[in-house]
Amino acid sequence: MRADPSEYKLVSPGNLQGALSLLAAEPAQWLPIAGGTDVMVLYSAGKLPSRNVINIWNIPELRQIEVLPDCIRIGAACTYTSLRNHDIVGREFSLLATTASWTGGIANQNRGTLGGNIANASPAADSLPALLVYDADLTLISLRGERRVPYRTFHTGYKQTVLGADELILNISLPRRFSGYVSHARKVGARNAQAISKVCLAALGQISRGAIRDVRLAMGSVAPVPLRLHETEKVLTGKKIRPSLFDAARNSVLKEIQPIDDIRSTARYRSAVAGNLVAEFLEKLAAEGANA
Amino acid sequence: MSLLPAASAKWEVSFTVNGHAKKVLAHPMERLLDVLRNDLGLTGTKEGCGEGECGSCSVLLEGMLVNSCLVPVAQADGTSIVTIEGMAAHALMKLLQESFLECGGAQCGICTPGMILAAVHLLEKKPQPALTDIREGLAGNLCRCTGYMQIFEAVAKAARQRVAQ
Repeated sequence: MRADPSEYKLVSPGNLQGALSLLAAEPAQWLPIAGGTDVMVLYSAGKLPSRNVINIWNIPELRQIEVLPDCIRIGAACTYTSLRNHDIVGREFSLLATTASWTGGIANQNRGTLGGNIANASPAADSLPALLVYDADLTLISLRGERRVPYRTFHTGYKQTVLGADELILNISLPRRFSGYVSHARKVGARNAQAISKVCLAALGQISRGAIRDVRLAMGSVAPVPLRLHETEKVLTGKKIRPSLFDAARNSVLKEIQPIDDIRSTARYRSAVAGNLVAEFLEKLAAEGANA
Repeated sequence: MSLLPAASAKWEVSFTVNGHAKKVLAHPMERLLDVLRNDLGLTGTKEGCGEGECGSCSVLLEGMLVNSCLVPVAQADGTSIVTIEGMAAHALMKLLQESFLECGGAQCGICTPGMILAAVHLLEKKPQPALTDIREGLAGNLCRCTGYMQIFEAVAKAARQRVAQ
């Protein structure tokens, strides 16, 4: 059933304090809307869980990217387009710029936001594995104050997060210490634009004296949450990239992921592709890492 | 006392549409698409999927390509909007119309307004796009008639002709 607009309320405080006051006064009654690329889809289908919507698109603190000496802070309502166009994001966080370019088409990139991708908490979200490998921290804000949460602890289960009913994501902070890494992002889906991934990978690695000094791997669409592959990273760290390492990596990936059959793919296909993507990254790391 | 406003309250939304100041009374969650078509009679903006997948409802909002089915009209308050009707006066329009005609870029026509707006949005940023740029710029716009190659060629041709002028 198509939604009837007369049954829905929207308020637009235009400032952070106003939005937080409303969330505090009537927690869990209000659904924040920024660019609307998720919320409006549910709304149009008559499936929006809330009848009360609070506009956060026009709140300046959520729309800025701050560059500090040791980190960048991305306001939660910054769009994929603003990430793609940002000089420092492009140079130092290319996985984020690249995955932003895969998220939807241009029109959805002009409206969809990084904070929205995080709060929507889909395990298939294109940009979230990049946040895992970059060690992102989230700042959550409510009238009670701000708290900083490592992004790796944000998702607690399928579409479950630690975000309180009175909280907004204020910003996403990324430490500026990964520009010397070889980076690799890959999405496997029906097509890059618009289609949701079957499997996606974000990876960072460094080679030192012929061996892997540090490696960071995260995948989407292979578990109930965006998944960091810590065990596989341990298998790879300190090793030279030889043919036997590819087999060890594939075996470890298979143990770590929990793919399912769904409308987009099968567990079997996802398992095969997940191993292939890590192998592809290792080839790139071997080729480029020695020069980096 | 509840902070909730009355459910049925309509807003007076003011915006500029194709260069003209407009005011409408609308529920804040009404889709910009529906306000353009039903309240303002601008039926050049089409509804395809209604969920942001197909690009038929593309308009320019503050110069940015957006899917108007995903914009609550409250968020358009105070903005400037250009629909396909407003493109008639645009310098690129004659070139794109001719190249779409010559290359067979339009068949049933439902996707065409969105394709034209996506093409203008692209060509304003990249006057001499490579084929990969055209594919990316139009990737959010679906066409079930042409198979796309004629549309890509039409956009490339319009770009070449503009540079030649």
